[in-house]
Amino acid sequence: MQFSESWLRTFVNPDLSSDALAHLLTMAGLEVEELEPVAPDFTQVVVARVESVVKHPDADRLNVCQVVLSDGVKAQIVCGAPNVAAGLKVPCALPGATLPGNFKIRTAKVRGVESAGMLCSAKELGIAEDASGLLALPEDAPVGKSIREYLDLDDHRYTLKLTPNRADCLSLTGIAREVAALTGAPVVYPATPAVPVTDDSRRKVLLDAPEACPRYCGRVIRGVNAKAPTPEWMRRRLERSGLRSVSALVDVTNYVLLELGQPLHAFDNAKLTGDIHARLAISGEKLTLLNGQDIALADDILVIADDAKVLAMAGVMGGEESAISLETRDVFLESAFFAPKAIAGRARRYNFSSDASHRYERGVDWGNCANALERATALVLELCGGQAGAVTETSARLPEPKPVRLRLARLQKVLGVSFAAEQVATFLERLALAFVREGDDFIVTPQSYRFDIEIEEDLIEEVARLHGYDNIPGHAPKGRLAMLPQAENRRPLYRVRQQIADRGFQEVINFAFVPEAWEQDFSANLRPIRLANPIASQLAVMRSSLFGGLIENLAVNLKRKQSRVRLFELGRCFTQSGADYAQPWRLAALAYGTAQPEGWGRDNRKVDFFDLKADLESLFAAELSFVRPEQPHPALHPGRAASVHLNGREIGCLGELHPEWAQKYDLPAAPIVFEIDLDAVTQSAIPAYAEVSKFQPAVRDLAIVVDQSVVLGDLLKGMKAHAPSQVCDIQFFDIYQGKGIPDGRKSLAFRIVMQDTQRTLLDADIDAAVVKITTYLEQNFQAQLRA
Amino acid sequence: MQNLDSIIQNARAAFAAVSDPNALEQVKAHYLGKSGQITALLKDLGRLAAEEKKKAGAAINQAKAAVEAALTARREDIRRAALAARLAEEALDVTLPGRGEARGGLHPVTRTLERIEQLFASIGFSVADGPEIETDFYNFTALNTPEDHPARSMHDTFYLQDEAGKVAENVLLRTHTSPIQARYMQAHVERYKHLDTMPEIRVIAPGRVYRVDSDATHSPMFHQVEGLWVGEAVSFADLKGVIADFLKRFFETDDLRVRFRPSFFPFTEPSAEIDVAFMGGALKGRWLEIAGCGMVHPNVLKHAGIDPEKYTGFAFGFGPDRLTMLRYGVNDLRLFFEGDLRFLRQFV
Repeated sequence: MQFSESWLRTFVNPDLSSDALAHLLTMAGLEVEELEPVAPDFTQVVVARVESVVKHPDADRLNVCQVVLSDGVKAQIVCGAPNVAAGLKVPCALPGATLPGNFKIRTAKVRGVESAGMLCSAKELGIAEDASGLLALPEDAPVGKSIREYLDLDDHRYTLKLTPNRADCLSLTGIAREVAALTGAPVVYPATPAVPVTDDSRRKVLLDAPEACPRYCGRVIRGVNAKAPTPEWMRRRLERSGLRSVSALVDVTNYVLLELGQPLHAFDNAKLTGDIHARLAISGEKLTLLNGQDIALADDILVIADDAKVLAMAGVMGGEESAISLETRDVFLESAFFAPKAIAGRARRYNFSSDASHRYERGVDWGNCANALERATALVLELCGGQAGAVTETSARLPEPKPVRLRLARLQKVLGVSFAAEQVATFLERLALAFVREGDDFIVTPQSYRFDIEIEEDLIEEVARLHGYDNIPGHAPKGRLAMLPQAENRRPLYRVRQQIADRGFQEVINFAFVPEAWEQDFSANLRPIRLANPIASQLAVMRSSLFGGLIENLAVNLKRKQSRVRLFELGRCFTQSGADYAQPWRLAALAYGTAQPEGWGRDNRKVDFFDLKADLESLFAAELSFVRPEQPHPALHPGRAASVHLNGREIGCLGELHPEWAQKYDLPAAPIVFEIDLDAVTQSAIPAYAEVSKFQPAVRDLAIVVDQSVVLGDLLKGMKAHAPSQVCDIQFFDIYQGKGIPDGRKSLAFRIVMQDTQRTLLDADIDAAVVKITTYLEQNFQAQLRA
Repeated sequence: MQNLDSIIQNARAAFAAVSDPNALEQVKAHYLGKSGQITALLKDLGRLAAEEKKKAGAAINQAKAAVEAALTARREDIRRAALAARLAEEALDVTLPGRGEARGGLHPVTRTLERIEQLFASIGFSVADGPEIETDFYNFTALNTPEDHPARSMHDTFYLQDEAGKVAENVLLRTHTSPIQARYMQAHVERYKHLDTMPEIRVIAPGRVYRVDSDATHSPMFHQVEGLWVGEAVSFADLKGVIADFLKRFFETDDLRVRFRPSFFPFTEPSAEIDVAFMGGALKGRWLEIAGCGMVHPNVLKHAGIDPEKYTGFAFGFGPDRLTMLRYGVNDLRLFFEGDLRFLRQFV
């Protein structure tokens, strides 16, 4: 909502500066988003009349003008504007004037001719973009008058960011009412006396959908001059409220909309047939709107129709066919109340909005329809002439303002401060809210323009607003002290984050919507969850994996000359089955470049699968197992990928990015990545004590030779399962292939730790244990002891 | 026995003349070895008369002790010199960089969220989470925003497609963290339904939210932290107290002003917008919109099964992205979601 300060001050004129007024409104919940002067600062510019114009002797494009500055005061001014002409009234900056941009005007010689001032364009005064010529003023502009005063340039433009509950402030009178309530300044509303009826034309109005349209006022005005000019004062107020002047008739409807908040619609009466109906559309009915849009109507859309056709989308926008034009002679003027429920969301459904729908959705004063119609009629007659017919006012069941009870004790409970009953009464009176008192209770009946007062809390807010939120002291709250639970078997997310960060990974946060190609490439997901209204085509589907974001982050950072990149993200991933959506939290990490930061005294080798495996394992107290996935993971190199298991459950995957994707996504080498369920990481077992042996452990190393194809994990698992109970640990510590080992075979070395909590182990026990293990290996893995 | 004195003198000089431990042992042999000078004198004692023997023996032993002392001292000198030489040789250029993994870091917004959670935990708030693909019911209806409510147009909502390619009924990307309020209250009521008076609800809910909006100050995905305190005597004055306390603790300064001004949210009444102004720094004196808040609307309490006559509560929603920007002087929201290491590493 935009409006001009000087217009507002014609209704209510508190003793406040522009800034103080803006602050007052903002602190009362009518947020002033912008407050700007309508013209920049300049001084000493007056209305002047050009008396004569002669060519400059030494310059083709310049003229020497004699200009009247006030009674009997003339000046000679050289002017280059193409539209300068004798008789024209224009703004003239006098010697000593300062124009916007701190441009000083002095008497000077222009190509040898003295010039005492400057005739100005609108642009030079900073009030419009037009620099094509001098700002031509109306013929009746008073010579000598300050232009600031004449054009009301000391005015300000306010832009309010109104919340949807305050539809009553979507007009000048509404804002004036609010200012009066806040300041106590007297307020004068525009008079709306009934216009004498001088024509017997009228149209019958039928309310076929009385709930959606409970009141409709209409009147015919015949013989108007639609081509009449809009007066300067009206044009100025419209423009300073952000509306362009269109034609006198349209301007009048817009003016009354701004002034009283009542949307009006003017039909060309000659294009109407028979009676006016406010009815619901028949599904599929067609209408071409004023904005040129062709729409098919649904059966929950309220329309205005005549006996033959649909004329308008009620409360939203008129139709092109019945619209007024400059040729219109007879007008049918509509001023109606449409129920917010009947209008809400309708314009949005067709992807537009209008000043009318914006107001009707939120609520228009149903007590003011006839007044607004009289006001508009008076203005039409004033501007365009014509003969007014009688007002047809048709009403059905109007909203009934329900009395709302406000209890003093409740007020105190909710706000935390106490009020005297008299204080509350004063606030309600200032808001012109009618009430009766029952002890400490106020039974309040809201006005027809307040759609936001339905329950006690709404009144509590009104009291708080009038009292001033700032005047309610904040205090430290009281609450019962109770400790928060601390589940030791869940690790806080921040600890997980910190742990992975401590291993050199930087956290990133990526969008949850991603390019469709990522879903295909990294998850083989051909049916991703699609957004119905994505912000861009490359952000159109929901991610089911965090890989895409990390890979893009990598590409971006490589372009920025980062050679070693380690990233992680915690976030939800999204999958769908039928109508169900799964959205688990996942943790993913990516490592690229050297295994350790590059530097002196290091081998600077590239990070590999096993480096990231260690990073992943470091996040868990429990042991993870890694198996070759049954189905290759679409994102990963099939030979360098593992699915990760914890306690027998698959929790994610680890591997090298598939070389195909490395190439497609412009990566010089494939990064190593993992992605796991966050749930698995945050679980952590509560430690349980096991007895520590007092006896010396025995340690034996064992080297065996097995086929290349033997998988260490299987071997270790088997060894552990078949070892005697005294074997408390078997550690793999080396792998060797090459000289001394037959082709196709490899040597594996293990350290076997044995211990008994009850006694020291004898050599015989130890030997027997080793024999048992080696026998198992020989029988199950064709292992040979390495000599 | 002048001879003995000169032996001691010579020995001392001879020890001093060598600096190598082996050479020292060879020199030692000259005096104390089997055929050393001191040893020879001791051997000769047998030839002296008993009276003289005793006297000379004492003198020789004294000299022997002196030589041995000189030897020990010299040995220690040489050891020390050798150690000093080794230490000098082993000296490092301590300015060379350390080796090993460099530290990574948390995202700046995560850092902010952690601080917010800790500050509120210190007055007994727990943390709750909720789905990001949310139902229309929890995102709007349960929050007193029925279909076609004008407040819905305040939120430019992302909707999903169903399998037929149409706009899916009843699901959307949550536009705020407030649905967690509704979910949490319901669960709380259910958990304590056996009690006459339920314990207070004190909870904050951080998370990612989505709106169809993208420019220098808006990101289609951003963060919010929802807060909720419901109890038998929770008032607007409490809300003001908690928020002012939080802002001072978060920014670690008393040098800021907080103001509340009336606003509108369908799920709170009265509602307020919170502005903060710093008394110093680059943003000195400017009011900055920082959060929305209010007293929980009775309809929202009722939806959750809470009696609004008995219980009142407040709710607030902060934008942690904005708090992060203000805290660290970041001037472009988009930096948070670009994954640029040069930016992110500043918050390690």
